[in-house]
Amino acid sequence: MRAGELLALLGPSGSGKTTLLRIIAGLDFPDRGRIIFGGDDATRVPVQQRAVGFVFQHYALFKHLTVADNIAYGLNARRRSERPEKAEIKRRVGNLLDLIKLSGFADRYPSQLSGGQRQRIALARALAVEPRVLLLDEPFGALDAQVRKDLRRWLREIHDRTGQTTIFVTHDQDEALELSDRVAVLDRGRLEQVGTPDEVQEKPVSPLVLKFLGDTIEVEAIAQDGKVLVNGRTTPLTAPAGLTGPVKLYARPWQLQFAEADTAHLHGTVRSSYRTQGRQRIEVDRENAKTVVVEASDTARLAQGRPVGLRIVGGWVFP
Amino acid sequence: MSEAIAHGPASLPSPNPSPAPRDAALRPRSVVTEAGWVRAVLIGVALAFLALFLVLPLITVFAQALAKGWGAYLSAFTEPDARSAIRLTLTVAAIAVPFNLVFGVAAAWAIAKFEFRGKNLLVTLIDLPFSVSPVVSGLIYVLVFGSNGLFGAFLIQHDIQVIFAIPGIVLATIFVTFPFVARQLIPLMQEQGTSEEEAALTLGASGWHAFWTVTLPNIRWGLLYSVLLCNARAMGEFGAVSVVSGHIRGLTNTLPLHVEILYNEYNFVAAFAVASLLAGLALVTLAIKSFLEWRYADDIAAGARRH
Repeated sequence: MRAGELLALLGPSGSGKTTLLRIIAGLDFPDRGRIIFGGDDATRVPVQQRAVGFVFQHYALFKHLTVADNIAYGLNARRRSERPEKAEIKRRVGNLLDLIKLSGFADRYPSQLSGGQRQRIALARALAVEPRVLLLDEPFGALDAQVRKDLRRWLREIHDRTGQTTIFVTHDQDEALELSDRVAVLDRGRLEQVGTPDEVQEKPVSPLVLKFLGDTIEVEAIAQDGKVLVNGRTTPLTAPAGLTGPVKLYARPWQLQFAEADTAHLHGTVRSSYRTQGRQRIEVDRENAKTVVVEASDTARLAQGRPVGLRIVGGWVFP
Repeated sequence: MSEAIAHGPASLPSPNPSPAPRDAALRPRSVVTEAGWVRAVLIGVALAFLALFLVLPLITVFAQALAKGWGAYLSAFTEPDARSAIRLTLTVAAIAVPFNLVFGVAAAWAIAKFEFRGKNLLVTLIDLPFSVSPVVSGLIYVLVFGSNGLFGAFLIQHDIQVIFAIPGIVLATIFVTFPFVARQLIPLMQEQGTSEEEAALTLGASGWHAFWTVTLPNIRWGLLYSVLLCNARAMGEFGAVSVVSGHIRGLTNTLPLHVEILYNEYNFVAAFAVASLLAGLALVTLAIKSFLEWRYADDIAAGARRH
């Protein structure tokens, strides 16, 4: 974790994302391993002294306090000697309300606000204590699709402006890839890969990372002399050094192209097709093999049952 | 399309609407509603039952109390024994209610917010006073603190009087009213979960600060509600207190016990006058309880469902 970066913890449900986040916050404790904050071991530091800002999936705003009092809570909770002056607290709350674009809402109660507004308040409340690291637990999970998109963009802007070191948990690949500087992919409590969105997409370290980041096609292949062959025809892929024999080739739907039978790696018949956002997705049934999904530009519809050949133009083979 | 409209006059607003009563008669009634006479009978039975078993006795209490006029009614309270009974009842409630308030909040907090071994056992134990006959509750204390009891010799040696004295009455009252606050708060706190407390902790608040600024405000109406019920029961408890009190006039008689004594002495006016005080307490409690339920329904709903 680098200072000032926006890191996404991505993984299927049950992979330990939230647990990891809670351990970083000090709300849960690790069985082994340590938590290091800027060189200091924080494993045994109690939650109050960790200086983290935590944003919960379901906001966890204080229902009985106004928006302004919610944001000021962390400052008011400090010991008198460390507590800022009343006017100073008021000024800071005002600044944060400006930042989250809810300036007129200081005297409202959380129940009078929409989900998106509540989550912004929760973020302002966490930022008010000037945390060393901001932790967001599926911050947009409880919001509907449109609000979620707006908030994503908005969070990115806030991060760019404040440079606040931030970790957020999500199970939504798009969210992680769009928002973060780096993505950490978790599975069953293990860290699979950490890298920039480009790195994890272009060079996934395992089939699991690959599968989790999007639709994946699996094809039986043979590795031979540094080449990968499917149905006896070479593909553009190079096999990792020393790998020979049967392997699995993984590809994205757009890494398959329709081709004439004499150059195709795979053969099958069209089962169904549908259009989505200017692209066409076609399911192709293969004899004695798994159905594959092909993504192509939105041209003429292919009739159901039509025989087609597919050519592999990209993909991955893992040792 | 135009044909469909031409052939479907029923779907268009008719120029001469048919009379309303016919419409009402034709409209099928809701499937969960009964015929008119069934409803009338059911409501009638319920009302008659209430009148006979609740309203009539309540009226009788006040009627009997005032049978010999206001003077006799008021003199029932000026009598020294009655005054001491009122004082004792207030004293007992003033000790038992705060004790159960603190215990109830602590127990509910522990049960709702933490996981620990023996949690189910604790919940069951809290319910115990509800399921045990109050007389048995009183006897338990006699067996433990009485002169032949477990600590009897020790207490006599140190000249400490528990049974047939105020401490015994307080203990019995605490036992009987034990579950009220905890039982009300446990479901309420469970429903609210721990995320607001966690939020407070991450913002730097100490556990104590979080309790006063987050937990307590969230349960305040449920708490007030349960304290009210607890108080009504503490003042009205008869069975358990009767066993440990010893019925010493002017010393260990609470209001309910005083009513019994007066009644047994055929002093009906005084008995009903004192009883009317307890009935009045019940009515006031009921009124505040209804107000709280109406005004803060959401805040106390989780717990109220259990009563």
